[in-house]
Amino acid sequence: MAGDDAVTIAIDRIACDGRGVCAELLPELIELDDWGYPIIAPGSVPPHLVEHAKRAVTYCPVLAFKLRATQGAESRAAAGVRQPSVARQVG
Amino acid sequence: MFDQVLWFAARGAGIVSLLLSTAVVCLGLLTAARFERPQWPRFLTVELHRSIALVSVIFVAIHVVTAVLDPYASLGFIAAIIPFASSYRPLDVALGVIALYLVIAVLLTSLIRDRLSQRTWRLVHWLAYAAWPMAVAHSLTAGSDAFAPWMLAIAAGCCAAVIGVLVWRWSVIWPGRRELADVVDRSSFRQERTKSPARKVAR
Amino acid sequence: MNPTRLLAGPPIAAGAESLADHRLRVGARPRATRPGELAASIERSGLLGRGGAAFPAARKWSAVAGRSAGDAVVLVNGAEGEPLSAKDRTLMNARPHLVLDGAELAAEAVGADRIVLYVGADHANSVVALRRAIGERGREMVVPIEVVVSPATYVAGEESAAVQYVNGGEARPTGVPPRPFERGVDGRPTLVQNVETLAHVALIARYGDAWYRELGSGPTRGSALVTVGGDVAHPGVTEIAYGTTVRDLLSVAGGTVDKWSRGAVLLGGYFGGWLRAEEAANQPLDPRSCRDAGSAFGCGVVHVLPPARCGVVATARILDYMAGQSAAQCGPCVFGLRAIADATARIASAGSAHSDDLAHIVRWSGQLAGRGACKHPDGAVGLLRSALRTFSDEFDRHQRRGACIEAELQGRVA
Repeated sequence: MAGDDAVTIAIDRIACDGRGVCAELLPELIELDDWGYPIIAPGSVPPHLVEHAKRAVTYCPVLAFKLRATQGAESRAAAGVRQPSVARQVG
Repeated sequence: MFDQVLWFAARGAGIVSLLLSTAVVCLGLLTAARFERPQWPRFLTVELHRSIALVSVIFVAIHVVTAVLDPYASLGFIAAIIPFASSYRPLDVALGVIALYLVIAVLLTSLIRDRLSQRTWRLVHWLAYAAWPMAVAHSLTAGSDAFAPWMLAIAAGCCAAVIGVLVWRWSVIWPGRRELADVVDRSSFRQERTKSPARKVAR
Repeated sequence: MNPTRLLAGPPIAAGAESLADHRLRVGARPRATRPGELAASIERSGLLGRGGAAFPAARKWSAVAGRSAGDAVVLVNGAEGEPLSAKDRTLMNARPHLVLDGAELAAEAVGADRIVLYVGADHANSVVALRRAIGERGREMVVPIEVVVSPATYVAGEESAAVQYVNGGEARPTGVPPRPFERGVDGRPTLVQNVETLAHVALIARYGDAWYRELGSGPTRGSALVTVGGDVAHPGVTEIAYGTTVRDLLSVAGGTVDKWSRGAVLLGGYFGGWLRAEEAANQPLDPRSCRDAGSAFGCGVVHVLPPARCGVVATARILDYMAGQSAAQCGPCVFGLRAIADATARIASAGSAHSDDLAHIVRWSGQLAGRGACKHPDGAVGLLRSALRTFSDEFDRHQRRGACIEAELQGRVA
């Protein structure tokens, strides 16, 4: 069922070059550290932000991250445990 | 009458695609340079680079089709797809044909980018650095406007724009690059590489 | 008092045990009578990997075996990039046939047709000992065994770095999937296992999992090698039963810490954590217990810092090393770890700290974990966190007054 699929961000830290486009397009979940590299809020992407996340994936100049769908119990755990606004609390 | 339309369309579309692809090259350089201003976020550069690239390809297509259809251009379909097959100014037309193929390669790899390795995609994308000068040369030498003063002015303007962005990019980014290179140089891996390679020693 | 299982036999200083002596002492390598028999025994034993992550060996084996079509690879990890650890090279130097037995047993169990011995370039004696041992075995080897000498860097021992190097690339972690157990050496499922883990396998195959579990007090069973160093009278590699307290371990090794009221102990090496001497005294040495105490068992390093030396200075030196050992692939590690190391060095050089250096390293260390392609920044940050906790007074003193106990006792420290 669609409701059970949680979407998470999977980033390739080696490909990431600190371009910063992701943080512009998904500021609710992605913040930049002092050197311009993304700090990504843990947990799944809330449904209302999935379209924005997809756009951020497309616009990354080095395609450093993608969205991964996880299903079932795993997604319930991922969706329930963390707050999306952790990005603000970190750093 | 209709032929005149084709002739104008071919020239017009050609010039528009030259201007647009110049903008695309500039925006590509600005993307790599992480250009941003308070009112101009980085994603805008990426977005414009992609959108204008798609539009410029459409205008290239119009240019090629109308030029081929134009009876007075005596070009023919074969000449448009095989370099040097044209009886009319073979070299000048060939520049356009080759540039077109390079652009098609860049376009196709970008459309299936998530299925390619980053390295492959980037190598093909750099063909744009060959395609654009060829397009400029083609616009100056092929067609009935070759070496016309206003055509020269347009070409000069395009070159100035790209060279300007190139110079800006290298002058602004260089200090930042140096900082990263410095940290990497101090890492153990750069020092390992300076020793003689001991790879695959014992079998 | 200390068990001798891996280190049983002739004195370690005598060098490599020959094949003949090895067979006389522990018998020939057992052959599995049923498929899966050894794997089941390893699972019952609860054997944990000895590379530092303490991952259950049986789970790794089944992951590789499940994907193997008889073409898997066993990569024996003897890189030992941790500067404070000497256990792996000790095993390779003195008991190469235990290691080779374990490798062959693992190869049979997971369906591997190739063994790679991945040995750090700074362990030249180990390379010699292993090559000689392979020569002794000659045609008896069931699958081809080769020695690959790895760069002497810290991250070269990371699983995916090892696989990438053997595949002809650089010894740097690859980060993204696939992991070695899926596609590793030559694209085949690869079991990456520490040399000590495989030495235990060689003994479990002979004496059984019940025998293995006889030792150990607490949830983790069996014995493990530890490297005792720092301010002790008898530094070196020794074998303990899991759950042995630091006090009991060091009662043999000796040193200033025998008073247990001052000084500190680093457990687990550069990926581990500091404990105050009085905390460390009763700390049982096993992976879970150490992790719960804010430290780590890691690769079994127990390093004593005497009261006369400053924990801030020691930590700064370690962080500087870790920053220099970054594979330089990921921005947070390249920049963040270097910034943390430089700020800690400024704090340690009493008097040259910027006023916000301490606040910065606290903030940056909160940001760094999990943001690299490998666990290198996590390890460094874990060490720093334990230092901030264990040496909180010293950090404060350094930051505010620029005074250092080491400087006070021994003169200015650079």
